[in-house]
Amino acid sequence: MHELALAESVLQMVDEAAQANGFRRVRRIVLEIGQLAAVDPAAMRFCFDAVVRETVADGAVLEIEEIPGRGWCVHCAAVVPMDDFVAACPQCGRFGVQSRNGRELRLKTLEVE
Amino acid sequence: MCMTCGCESEGVHLDGHKDDVGHEHEHVGADGVVYRHAHRHHHHGPDVSHRHDAAPAVPREIRIERDILAKNDSFASANRQRFEQEGVLALNVVSSPGSGKTSLLVRTLLALQGKTPVAVIEGDQQTSLDAERIRATGIRAVQVNTGKGCHLDAQMVQRALAEQAPTPDSMLFIENVGNLVCPAAFDLGEAAKVVVLSVTEGDDKPLKYPDMFRAARLMLINKCDLLPHVQFDVQRVIEHARRVNPGIEVIQLSAVTGAGVAEWLDWLERELCAVKARRADSVAVLKRRVAELEAQLQAQHTFPANEPHDL
Repeated sequence: MHELALAESVLQMVDEAAQANGFRRVRRIVLEIGQLAAVDPAAMRFCFDAVVRETVADGAVLEIEEIPGRGWCVHCAAVVPMDDFVAACPQCGRFGVQSRNGRELRLKTLEVE
Repeated sequence: MCMTCGCESEGVHLDGHKDDVGHEHEHVGADGVVYRHAHRHHHHGPDVSHRHDAAPAVPREIRIERDILAKNDSFASANRQRFEQEGVLALNVVSSPGSGKTSLLVRTLLALQGKTPVAVIEGDQQTSLDAERIRATGIRAVQVNTGKGCHLDAQMVQRALAEQAPTPDSMLFIENVGNLVCPAAFDLGEAAKVVVLSVTEGDDKPLKYPDMFRAARLMLINKCDLLPHVQFDVQRVIEHARRVNPGIEVIQLSAVTGAGVAEWLDWLERELCAVKARRADSVAVLKRRVAELEAQLQAQHTFPANEPHDL
């Protein structure tokens, strides 16, 4: 459940943005979470709802853009879809696919007023 | 001027103008923030510049584009820089609860006593029991209680370092909270993560918790004295660990009998030597750079006298 710490980090970044940009309410928060980032979107939503209560982001819609995992096989050099770190290369069947995309964990945009 | 964002430009109009119909409006402010809002206006004629009358509380978009872990990572890189400058080998020791991390640490500390300066940071949700076990060996230990937190973060480590500064050319063991999931995501500034897995756990754990085994440089298979009594296939666990992390190093040992501990101590010694060598290299580079700058300054002081004054 490190999603709780991540949700707190997001809230802290929102607070910093509120000070820098002078807004009073956040309507929408857009996160980018990669499939290989070890973050469960449902747990993230649960923790987010808990930490934003009575803050500038209370009631904000949390939008999560999930980035599919993609990897490169060190044996056959194919770029392949990657659901996790333990699967074999779907092209050659050997283990050793290195991630290229899917580890993202970013706060993208805020819609504020 | 736009009343919502204060910009002077008319910005990009996303929708075409229709008679007396509001449009959506987007532009980038001087602060790099993208503003997008809708408003109504009137056209008084082709040449009359229009005034934007924004309704109150019109939503706007702010681009942040920052890593959620950015703050932790900045503390981690400050810690790492400090460890490198002082020649401290910092290891982040991770495992599930009950793998024998603290017992292994106690044995390791006793073996290093009188040879290498050592310090310990103990992470647990509650109590200072582990730090007390470490202090019983005569080694300095700081206990960090994370409360509800399931992992140590880089800022907690920085605070612990402020309480107890590491000695130069020493080893620092950071014993993380017993948890094979969350500590994988939080860089503490360590030189390497060391994952401890005991033979009383399943040999499929590297597949079940791949993030941790991927993040670790070394896997210690602990409680090997119990191998005759448990169903645990050492070759299988190594194969599983290398499936998620082909480069992971493996040492089999027992904190209770001491079997295999010598190999672990050799690994530690090698890593400490590497840290010291990197520090010596960076000091040598700095010294060379200082010598070059001094030579340049010297040259600047001597040359103008020889140069003609009017060219």
